[in-house]
Amino acid sequence: MATAKLMDFDKALELFEPVLGFEVHVELNTKTKMFSDAPNYFGGEPNTNITPVDLGLPGSLPVVNGEAVRYSISLGLALGCSIAPSSRFARKNYFYPDLAKNYQISQYDEPIAFGGSVEVELPDGRFFTVPIERAHMEEDAGKLTHVGGATGRIQGAEYSLVDYNRAGVPLVEIVTDIIYGAEKDAPELAKAYVATIRDIVVSLGISDARMERGNLRCDANISLRPRTAPGEPPAPLGTRTETKNVNSLRSVERAIRYEIQRQAQILADGGTITQETRHWHEDTGTTSAGRPKSDADDYRYFPEPDLLPVVPSAELIDELRAALPEAPAIRRRRLKQEWGFTDLEFQDVQNAGLLVEVTDTVAAGASPQAARKWWSGEISRIANARNAEPSSLVSPTDVAALVTLIDSGALNDRLARQVLEGVIDGEGSPQEVVDARGLAVVSDDGALIAAIDDALAAQPDVLAKIKDGKVQAAGAVIGAVMKAMKGQADAARVRELVLERASAD
Amino acid sequence: MSEITQEQVAHLANLARIALTPHEIESLTSELGSIVDNVAKVSEVATPDVPATSHPIPLQNVYRDDVPGATLTTEQALAGAPDHDGSRFRVTAILGEEQ
Repeated sequence: MATAKLMDFDKALELFEPVLGFEVHVELNTKTKMFSDAPNYFGGEPNTNITPVDLGLPGSLPVVNGEAVRYSISLGLALGCSIAPSSRFARKNYFYPDLAKNYQISQYDEPIAFGGSVEVELPDGRFFTVPIERAHMEEDAGKLTHVGGATGRIQGAEYSLVDYNRAGVPLVEIVTDIIYGAEKDAPELAKAYVATIRDIVVSLGISDARMERGNLRCDANISLRPRTAPGEPPAPLGTRTETKNVNSLRSVERAIRYEIQRQAQILADGGTITQETRHWHEDTGTTSAGRPKSDADDYRYFPEPDLLPVVPSAELIDELRAALPEAPAIRRRRLKQEWGFTDLEFQDVQNAGLLVEVTDTVAAGASPQAARKWWSGEISRIANARNAEPSSLVSPTDVAALVTLIDSGALNDRLARQVLEGVIDGEGSPQEVVDARGLAVVSDDGALIAAIDDALAAQPDVLAKIKDGKVQAAGAVIGAVMKAMKGQADAARVRELVLERASAD
Repeated sequence: MSEITQEQVAHLANLARIALTPHEIESLTSELGSIVDNVAKVSEVATPDVPATSHPIPLQNVYRDDVPGATLTTEQALAGAPDHDGSRFRVTAILGEEQ
């Protein structure tokens, strides 16, 4: 693959205005699928959670999951949308084996929610209003695995294997209006927008929202238009590309930045942008051309004859509106106060997309400062090194358990880092790793005292100094004891005991 | 007369993965045209106070409770498949992209 030439980001912004648009797919966490009573669960043994409806078998008929409709209305309301008095489903027709019916049931001209907006907080604390065009209900598709070919990708594959467990999983697709005015903040806005959507669906409790599992997926549209002199009318919108497969917050930001630089260079060189989907490659941080927009995009939507209109009552909408949790922006202000974080501490957590993790870790019993320290510190460091999202490495429950072990004195920080690695590497819960690796701090005073007495005997000069009241000299003994205990001791306790033993003699 | 053209019929046939001969395209163009003309007659009698409808039956909000039911076994699911590999359906390599 040829490497695309990239224009310097600041230079690109001087010449062009980035224009954005996002489509975010949210998988709802209902118990059953959108149109069948198969369990809403995938990732296990292939083709086990399917019914005749999910396979599109002749004679099977879809029936709408009422809970999914309620979830969708709640999401629409949280996005500041109007809820359609009447909406209906439509068939989106295409031939691809990820759905066996040869169509996807979606919504087309009558989405359930439309015309909203979302307040998105930028890293510097400013708010940006992202306009929402619509949110509509649809079903997810099955999972294809391409076999053969060099890289397991579509190109060169000999055949494909299909697992329909995900087919029919309820989705809400959130479509923004065209977003102007993001300017140099476009990459950060993209990330903050997706993070906000994630916060909203998590606070509503309607999705697991794990990007690495595909519960939340973002397609990022971007085009550039040349800047015009003041007073002149703006240039027409440029040709856009749609980058798919962006499955982490960090990738959303990087993909937008990359596309701005790539498109700017092509335009500056006198070239034209091809309207196409592009694939994001996490490993190289680049995008590559996918399918050009063509006849294949003629989906021949028509109203789904097997399903009836969705006509939510005013009472239902009022009930769901009253039950909405506080908006994430307001919640953030409250949390910052409750946690007692400084502006900097709070922004670090937020910009790293770790609000949910810290919240859940605090809820699981850790102190806010300890939760912050572990998520923005060691866990983020490991995530960076492994090119992964922190949330994909370890659960808030495990982090809270780790903090509890530290607070109880069973672990010191150094041991805790080893335990954390064990948890991340799938060795079990923190306690299980402690047991399996034998990492607990030696809390048996007898063993410590023996080591201390040995160390004091080996360093009589130090002992003399301590006796003279020069307690800072104890450091050398503490160091020797910690070394003898292979670090598995609580340094504060060792210090106490050293002073005790030294003065006892 | 309707505005159905041979190009439209060929395009639709392609989207629907139906191979048509030139003769079939010609006759279908004329038949589809007649159908569209006949359907258009409905517009002549529809007054502005008649809302468009996609369902003749006055039913709405027919929902299912969110309770899991029986699923197919993998064997049942794969029973009608032309080909499979282990517990997954096997299909020919697709030269397109995921939607």
